[in-house]
Amino acid sequence: MKGNTSIGRLAFPIFNYLFLSAFALLCLLPLVHVLAISFSSGTAASSGQVTLWPVHFTFKAYEFVANKPEFIRSMMVSFERVLLGVPIDMLLIITIAYPLSKDERMLSFRKGYVVFYMITILFGGGLIPWYMVIKMTGLIDSIFALILPGAVSIFSVIILLNFFRNLPKEIEEAAFIDGAGHWYTLWKIYVPLSMPAIATLILFSSVGHWNSWFDGIILMNRTEHYPLQSYLQTVVVQQGLLKMITIQDTQTLLAVSDRTNKAAQIFIGALPILLVYPFLQRYFMSGIVMGSVKG
Amino acid sequence: MEALRARGKKWVRESPLHLMMVPGIILLLIFSYGPMLGILMAFERFNISKGFFRSEWVGLDNFKFILQIPDVRQVFWNTIFIAFMKIVASLIVPVGLALLLNEVRAKYVKRGIQTIIYLPYFLSWVLLAGILIDILSPSSGIVNQFLGIFGIKPIFFLGNEKIFPYLLVVTHVWKEAGFGTIIYLAALTGIDPTLYEAAIVDGASRWRQTWHVTLPGLAPIIILMTVLSLGGILNAGFDQVFNLYNPLVYSTGDIIDTMVYRMGLIDNQFSIATAVGLFKSVVSVILISVSYKLADKFAGYKVL
Repeated sequence: MKGNTSIGRLAFPIFNYLFLSAFALLCLLPLVHVLAISFSSGTAASSGQVTLWPVHFTFKAYEFVANKPEFIRSMMVSFERVLLGVPIDMLLIITIAYPLSKDERMLSFRKGYVVFYMITILFGGGLIPWYMVIKMTGLIDSIFALILPGAVSIFSVIILLNFFRNLPKEIEEAAFIDGAGHWYTLWKIYVPLSMPAIATLILFSSVGHWNSWFDGIILMNRTEHYPLQSYLQTVVVQQGLLKMITIQDTQTLLAVSDRTNKAAQIFIGALPILLVYPFLQRYFMSGIVMGSVKG
Repeated sequence: MEALRARGKKWVRESPLHLMMVPGIILLLIFSYGPMLGILMAFERFNISKGFFRSEWVGLDNFKFILQIPDVRQVFWNTIFIAFMKIVASLIVPVGLALLLNEVRAKYVKRGIQTIIYLPYFLSWVLLAGILIDILSPSSGIVNQFLGIFGIKPIFFLGNEKIFPYLLVVTHVWKEAGFGTIIYLAALTGIDPTLYEAAIVDGASRWRQTWHVTLPGLAPIIILMTVLSLGGILNAGFDQVFNLYNPLVYSTGDIIDTMVYRMGLIDNQFSIATAVGLFKSVVSVILISVSYKLADKFAGYKVL
């Protein structure tokens, strides 16, 4: 028994490290492979020489992408969407979370408001009525069709209102005694004190806007209004799937030669996320803890 | 009179609270409650030029029609099968990973592994599908190249209707496991360390500590996560399926949401698609309400 446990004590950490490293590698290798493809020559990629390191290192694929006006244009739409959408999202989240963080004595009809918001996360009209409503508002083909319909995130409101509630009541009471109103208290006291939570939500919202693709595809009739992810959905995914099923095993050069270009586009689509990832990781963890493990 | 004045004063004082909610409420009325009103379409022969209120009323005809479509049953079955397997997988894998990571002593290794497995969570399904289509390609993909070393003939992963549902589960784990792992790791740090000390005093090995202290400590959050995910049993993951499926795998890979999309926005059968969507919403609301009730009962979880 004793011998058994001491062998276990030695063997387990080794097995554990190996297993976890293998799992982590499996998660990462597909990304590394595609990155390596994007920096390889077309012939090296199509003849299957590339594994995890570029073969015949070249920037050709990136030059191709940089000279593609459609790609650049949709990237601009994405940036516009993030720059416009994130402040609007945040303004709405803050102005809903603050009143809801008060109890019934401070905010009449609080129960009614809660029911009103809860219904929106429990029940939806479904895709088609949603599309019809946006069509009726005349927002189709406008950047605001990508921003306004999803601007109120109740999930984020819940995180922020829990954060507001955990702030010491005394600060607010002191402000009220000094004659400060709600607006002043919110912007000068609550918001500065809640920066960790707000930074988390800004990241949530930015990543959400950058990654959205479906609304662009159905709400923009003209492809020049597509944000980047919608554009990539059509040129990388849809075309990729189409080629996959039409020319299955036949080695068509045409199909494979644009492999490096697709890889480069995928990598550029992921780049902003990779750049903010260190922050994301830190803030999302605290965000998850704030939202799921409530005090 | 005095009381009336006091009430008036209360209103003046709290009016900014009500006013600041107005923009959000207007947006929700249009974009959340508007579509709920639009459910009327499910009972109409909807005509865009006539709108929600003046289209011809046909009662339950659309629902009767749906029941006659032969594929509908299969699509519901696909949805539940895929969603159920995902729920099971995203219970087992993250809990297992969290338990194993918890045993890792070296802090930077623990953090490094967490960082890597969490990364795909932040990439959209468009990008992940782009990567998967490349690496799983039967002619040039690196996965088949690798299998070829062992003499395995190229497998057409994305075009094989038997493999496809399982591929959805595996790639779902790839994207989501890191997120779940972090939630369980956070819950692990909340376990009272004196319990471990007591177990060690009682002579419990690390296995026994895991079995008798760690797992019971995780039980509430495991129950909570599972119960909440049951509400999504009709959500098999639209973003993922839409970016990976193709006509070759419709028989096993088509789910309710993708069918609604094709019916409604490709074939312009607005009313039929709305009816299918309504059916799904009603079932989902019931399941979510029940799961929230259960979560409240078993884990004391309240949403708002």
